[in-house]
Amino acid sequence: MTEIRNCTMNFGPQHPAAHGVLRLVLELDGEVIERADPHVGLLHRGTEKLAESKPFTQSVPYMDRLDYVSMMCNEHAYVMAIEKMLNVAPPIRAQYIRVMFDEITRILNHLMWLGAHALDVGAMSMFLYAFREREDLMDCYEAVSGARMHAAYYRPGGVYRDLPDFMPRYEVSKWHNEKDIKRLNENRQGSLLDFIEDFTRRFPACVDDYETLLTDNRIWKQRTVGIGVVSPERALQLGFSGPMLRGSGIEWDLRKKQPYEVYSEMKFSIPVGTEGDCYDRYLVRMEELRQSNEIIKQCVDWLRQNPGLVMLDDHKITAPKRNEMKEDMESLIHHFKLFTEGYCVPEGEVYSAIEHPKGEFGIYLVSDGANKPYRLKIRAPGFAHLASIEEMVKGHMLADVVAVIGTQDIVFGEIDR
Amino acid sequence: MSMFSYLKSLSLLELLKGLRVTGEHLFKPKFTVQYPDEKTPLSSRFRGHHALRRYSNGEERCIACKLCEAVCPALAITIEAEPREDGSRRTILYDIDMYKCIFCGFCEEACPVDAIVETRRFEYHGENRGDLIMSKEKLLAIGDELESQIAVDRAKEAQYR
Repeated sequence: MTEIRNCTMNFGPQHPAAHGVLRLVLELDGEVIERADPHVGLLHRGTEKLAESKPFTQSVPYMDRLDYVSMMCNEHAYVMAIEKMLNVAPPIRAQYIRVMFDEITRILNHLMWLGAHALDVGAMSMFLYAFREREDLMDCYEAVSGARMHAAYYRPGGVYRDLPDFMPRYEVSKWHNEKDIKRLNENRQGSLLDFIEDFTRRFPACVDDYETLLTDNRIWKQRTVGIGVVSPERALQLGFSGPMLRGSGIEWDLRKKQPYEVYSEMKFSIPVGTEGDCYDRYLVRMEELRQSNEIIKQCVDWLRQNPGLVMLDDHKITAPKRNEMKEDMESLIHHFKLFTEGYCVPEGEVYSAIEHPKGEFGIYLVSDGANKPYRLKIRAPGFAHLASIEEMVKGHMLADVVAVIGTQDIVFGEIDR
Repeated sequence: MSMFSYLKSLSLLELLKGLRVTGEHLFKPKFTVQYPDEKTPLSSRFRGHHALRRYSNGEERCIACKLCEAVCPALAITIEAEPREDGSRRTILYDIDMYKCIFCGFCEEACPVDAIVETRRFEYHGENRGDLIMSKEKLLAIGDELESQIAVDRAKEAQYR
């Protein structure tokens, strides 16, 4: 009798559906997955160790680069950890700005997920539509921080610079005449808040479009319904969080369960799935898009009516205003002290977690009283999700691996950190 | 499967609805930006390539306080300073290693005399190894070239900083 041996093959790290640098060693029996072994570490940059060698504020830009599709949320967890250590709270306006940008980030992340996931499964146009909306949100990022992705906008003690009163505009070129430009600039006439408000008005219709394309689509359903089922018990045991956990039917959201910043003031609901398959997680994320949109609306309303400080006025932690720094000796000294040695935080340890678009993103910070962290541990939600990939794909076909990677919303920046 | 859902499935209704969405986009105005003929709008906070600025009398602003060197998270800036012939303290070496730079903008925030700035320039390249290690001369040249835009942007942002 001939002996049949399983086929072992590499999925990635150059596979376009591997979402970055995932190397998956698959053992196949025909086309059925017997074993899936994720190899991580190809994008390891040593962020945790790097943070130990520089003052607290200087690690903020490195947090952007963890999960590089939800930049500001990473920063948020980090600055919140420092604020907890220092026992300070940012001004209320800064908290609203943070919540607003956290939700903008959530939409950014979910749009990226939606586009990439649909593209992997075979729906090309989704990717283009998702990126069209992402472009507007990237413009918000740029207007406020000066960078389209790696913002470095949240700082311990608030946010750097208030929201701008103007939006940059398109200019006439040989491709677009005056009339086109007028149409393109229509929502850029006012402040950033006007721009965001205009976006929140347009966005629900966009989500409707996405849903028309996918939700009832038979191909989409064939590829996602019943794929990668995780029972609620297993989801808890595997350490899932975020939409992965909610897709399995467990109502858990840090924004509700341990509200940080001003989430307790916000009205929104958390969508929960029932089956725990890829399709349910898709539905949960689509509903989150709508809920995030609602939260942004509430923040815009509040921010319009309540001008104020966006940075603490404590110059032991935050840099003084520039005109003060140029005229006042004491401010200049603070400025020099802050940009060279930074500030010391009291001895101790703290864990701060936020509801990141992918799940619970936590920063565990140990301080020995110096101006640098003694140890920084990053709890990346994607790591726990990726660890469960074998369980989720076992018994499925090779093509379903792609759907499962898509549904896990994997980004290697945070997993390998 | 009931008769109704069977017929519904046979009619390809949901696929046609999807086709309508994509079909409508055929007639909508395009949102493509034809780079490089046209560019997306850049905010006045944009953090692109660095430049060193001068005062209006032509004197370079940088006084070699080395704050940017100290604050740079990527350790991309190297500065050496010496008194000049007229006794004023100036840099004799100001290198930014663009291979290391992460464009966080901290150098600009730290600079007490607005000497090092991040401009709107985001398209640049090097043709030889080491071309992207920007020396003081190169940075000053960029500053001279873009000064008008730099000054406008800083004036616009002054109220927020």
